[in-house]
Amino acid sequence: MQDIDALRDELLAQVDGATDEAALESIRVAALGKKGSISALMRGLGKMTPEERQTAGPALNGLKNEVDGAIRAAKARLEDAALDARLARETLDMTLPVAPEDRGTIHPVSQVIDEITEIFAAMGFQVAEGPDIEEDFYNFTALNIPPEHPARQMHDTFYLPERPDGTRKVLRTHTSPVQVRTMLNSKPPLRIIAPGRTYRCDSDQTHTPMFHQVEALVVDEATHMGHLKGCIEAFCRAFFEVDEVKMRFRPSYFPFTEPSAEVDIGCSRKGGEVRIGEGDDWLEIMGCGMVHPKVLEHGGIDPAKYQGFALGMGLDRIAMLKYGAPDLRAFFDSDLRWLRHYGFAALDLPTLGQGISR
Amino acid sequence: MKFTLSWLKDHLETDADLETITDTLTALGLEVEDVEDRGAELAPFTVAYVVKAEKHPDADKLQVCEVDTGDGIEQVVCGAPNARTGMKGVFARSGLTVPGNGMLLKPTKIRGVESNGMLVSEREMGLSDAHEGIIEMPDDAALGVPFAQILGLDDPMIEIAITPNRQDCLGVRGIARDLAAAGLGTLKPDPYGAVEGTYTSPVNIELRLGEMEAPACPVFTGRYIKGVKNGPSPDWMQRRLTAIGLRPISALVDVTNYISYDRARPLHVYDADELTGDIHVRIAKQDETLLALDEKDYTLAGEECVIADDSGPIALGGVMGGVGTGCTEETTNVVLESALFDPLRTAYTGRTLNIDSDARYRFERGVDSDYVIGGAEAATRMILDMCGGEVSEIVVAGAVPDWERIIDLRPARVSALAGIDVPAAEAVRILESLGFVVEEMGDVIQVQVPSWRVDVEGEADLVEEVTRVYGYNAIPAVPLPALTDIVTPAVDLPQRRVRQVRRLLASRGLHEAITWSFVSSKYAALFGGGDPATILENPISSELDAMRPSMLPGLLEAAGRNMDRGFGGANLFEVGPQFAGDMPEDQSTVAAGLRALLQHRRHWQESAPPMLALDAKADALAALEAVGAPVANLRVATEAPDWYHPGRSGALMLGPKTVLAHFGELHPRILREMDVRGHAGAFEVYLDNVPARARKRTSRPALNASDLPAVERDFAFVVETAVAAQDLLAAARGADKALIEDVSLFDLYEGEGLGDGKKSLAICVRLQPIEKTLTDAEIDAVADKVVAAVAKATGGTLRG
Repeated sequence: MQDIDALRDELLAQVDGATDEAALESIRVAALGKKGSISALMRGLGKMTPEERQTAGPALNGLKNEVDGAIRAAKARLEDAALDARLARETLDMTLPVAPEDRGTIHPVSQVIDEITEIFAAMGFQVAEGPDIEEDFYNFTALNIPPEHPARQMHDTFYLPERPDGTRKVLRTHTSPVQVRTMLNSKPPLRIIAPGRTYRCDSDQTHTPMFHQVEALVVDEATHMGHLKGCIEAFCRAFFEVDEVKMRFRPSYFPFTEPSAEVDIGCSRKGGEVRIGEGDDWLEIMGCGMVHPKVLEHGGIDPAKYQGFALGMGLDRIAMLKYGAPDLRAFFDSDLRWLRHYGFAALDLPTLGQGISR
Repeated sequence: MKFTLSWLKDHLETDADLETITDTLTALGLEVEDVEDRGAELAPFTVAYVVKAEKHPDADKLQVCEVDTGDGIEQVVCGAPNARTGMKGVFARSGLTVPGNGMLLKPTKIRGVESNGMLVSEREMGLSDAHEGIIEMPDDAALGVPFAQILGLDDPMIEIAITPNRQDCLGVRGIARDLAAAGLGTLKPDPYGAVEGTYTSPVNIELRLGEMEAPACPVFTGRYIKGVKNGPSPDWMQRRLTAIGLRPISALVDVTNYISYDRARPLHVYDADELTGDIHVRIAKQDETLLALDEKDYTLAGEECVIADDSGPIALGGVMGGVGTGCTEETTNVVLESALFDPLRTAYTGRTLNIDSDARYRFERGVDSDYVIGGAEAATRMILDMCGGEVSEIVVAGAVPDWERIIDLRPARVSALAGIDVPAAEAVRILESLGFVVEEMGDVIQVQVPSWRVDVEGEADLVEEVTRVYGYNAIPAVPLPALTDIVTPAVDLPQRRVRQVRRLLASRGLHEAITWSFVSSKYAALFGGGDPATILENPISSELDAMRPSMLPGLLEAAGRNMDRGFGGANLFEVGPQFAGDMPEDQSTVAAGLRALLQHRRHWQESAPPMLALDAKADALAALEAVGAPVANLRVATEAPDWYHPGRSGALMLGPKTVLAHFGELHPRILREMDVRGHAGAFEVYLDNVPARARKRTSRPALNASDLPAVERDFAFVVETAVAAQDLLAAARGADKALIEDVSLFDLYEGEGLGDGKKSLAICVRLQPIEKTLTDAEIDAVADKVVAAVAKATGGTLRG
């Protein structure tokens, strides 16, 4: 037994002293290999008496396991040390700038259309569309705008060349023709919004020849101005994300609604910045009213049975207001600095569940 | 429309203060745009008496004044030459700000003499530019009273916006009527009665209009007034006219202007001694001329309605009079005109001759047809009061057209449309106070519309009248009832695709732009456009005269602008309409984008310069994938429109005919023509051409993922340079449709060792075993099939 103890001490000392994996391997071969010192002692077990074997067997096995464990532990230790040494050599300047990836952006008008769509969707509206090059009928006549109305003059409306049948198409001056197209194509109850491009012959600091509007239309048997108020109020609260919006309806005039109103919302104008939901000032944000009976008729809807409201607002204006972009002309200039500054990330999809505004 | 508070009170008996009045006006739909209350601003400046004015001991041009303000004596040093003992002036005490120059007054010392407050000039009060001396007040002015009150400057001016339907409120009396209906007082009775004529007018009047032209002027009345003495109109009238921005001219002219604003009733006065024969109304002859009162010579087109005498036109009906028969200081005999002119023709005349006048503004909106004689009588009364004279009987040519109409109003419609319960009695009261004549017939109210409300045509208009006066703000807000218990989609598939593609492209580093729907016709032609049907008749400029046939010219211009600003490149996209013609079906929705590059952006991790055409292809494929196009089934055709580089562009085709996208490098000649430097890769994805998904089910086919490991084998083929990679990849993929899961190209090599006109394409073929692991023999068999298929399709051989 003393042999075994001596061998253990000797082997463990060798393992302790090994400085690399090769040395460890030769210790392992010398002890545990076929011709190794422990293997030789194991072979001796066969020649022993059963009594001798009873004590020598477990002792030898214990020695074998102990040495094997020590070698494995030492090996792991050496591997770790080697890895640490390698890592110490492998440093990289972590302050190096990463390769540039241009983050794309969504135009504020698109973002605001998505916001408005989300809000109106929650009130049961669907998005409707119509052509930008519109027939005079849909843009004017069907909306109760008579031929002599000033809006039809060349200085207000873009006209396309006269067609063989004597008619001239126009670039729609508002999104309202979509109302008429919707009425002619579907049956009440109707709830639609129509966002889109609109055009007027106007170009100065605050007007652009192309701009955007959104129209909302409700037609059924019971919707009245109280619902119109409720709808606008709900929209303003959701869009501007305020708990309460002061609102004022002013009687106004549009050929396609009767009664008609303009809507002001309460705001403050401290330091030139418009803030919705506070203050004592008013800001006009849209025109609206009950759909004129003649418009319903032009839309193939019986005004004796059906009624409803329509509202329209400038999308660019409302985007300017909400996001503080001061200059309308910049919306259409595609200046990358402006797009990066006022644009929205691709993943900033407005939803009611996660919040409308970014 | 401007008026003053005192003017309003000529018609409205009211105790309401200014703020209540302006708030009510806005609530009635007569939106207040401006209130100029000079009386309030000037109220602190009061009448003072100069007890003593003596020369300043140390300054020749200054005087030291002892001023009695009515509230004590102050010492004021004053530089005005007219400051003198015993005068009355206007005192501004310390602590006030001088409105004319914004100066805050403080007690001070001027050349060693105490001065507290000042005596002010008109310029310092913001009244005029006069600064030669201080304001002198009448001797009987009471001390301490606001000077503006004594000078009649304390009449607030109110400006309101008039919607096109409210012509009746282009006269102060109409405004007063609305306010009275809203409960702000009572409308005073009309002060002007008829004036009896004492002789027959020596000037006759005739309508010389054919049957078709008759509406141009249905009625024209004239009244001769002889022996008038023209001169300045009275102070009160001049003050009111001045307050609303009109220049007082002479009593005769001022009266017509005054009635125009007081009653929305334009009138005209001719100097009868300048007339040649009688007056007649007719349609102008082409190239007739008239020197109008704005001192401009007008050549007529031949459609205008003119007032003429035997010498030719003397006025443009409903628009403006002529200089030749205009009134002067010497005028002694006049003809007073009160007539009706057709709104359309008046608008036409004003527009073609480019004349804006108060008369045109009113006539083109339609004036009260039943106040032709009334307007003449009111003006007659005023002229007699101011200028004296003797009046003739009124000559009437034509007749007032029938204006009476009756509309039925069901009171229940008010609550049904407006959502507010207005008691029937209140509705009747409102209508009556607005001048409607009301007769209740059971459930229906019969309403006769007054002659001045040309805008009221139907029941909905009456509902508006009742609701407007009752107050829109009383309408309770009611939530829209929900149609469904949970939100349903608001967008259809094409609309949803627009939203998806927009966000996909932004996620790829492109910036969404919104460019004009029109471009120059020159650029339109470069991009397949220029169809005359798409050229605007009246563009805002020649650079924006054609509906865009493609979004690329607009985007390219935008990229050019950015690069000119010093950006090395611009990655832009737009999702929107483009126009192949003027019909609705010619308008299509396209997602287009470009990556323009002036200078490759350097970075320490040097990357290869981009292959713009293939980057554009990647953008187009990603866009198509985002909208659900079957990207795996697409074929690249090497054909693209002329605006692309002929050798670096293509089309993404679904089947033999359907083009889903074009992509490629833009043709350098296009960039040159549009003056854009650098290069650009561009794509146009035709969203309308992407087929709808066939299945509407949400469940997907079962996933067939094998547990057996896939095997990859590489091959390098040498082919002719002209061979399309697409064909080689397709051949390899088709070699064993069951086992080959994917084929990818991992190397393209041209050059040394291959020989001219050759290239090497190296592909990785991935085999997915289905039932059991593949043996070497099985793998070799597939490999042989790949080699054979590629050889057959492309003539390619394995690279040795």
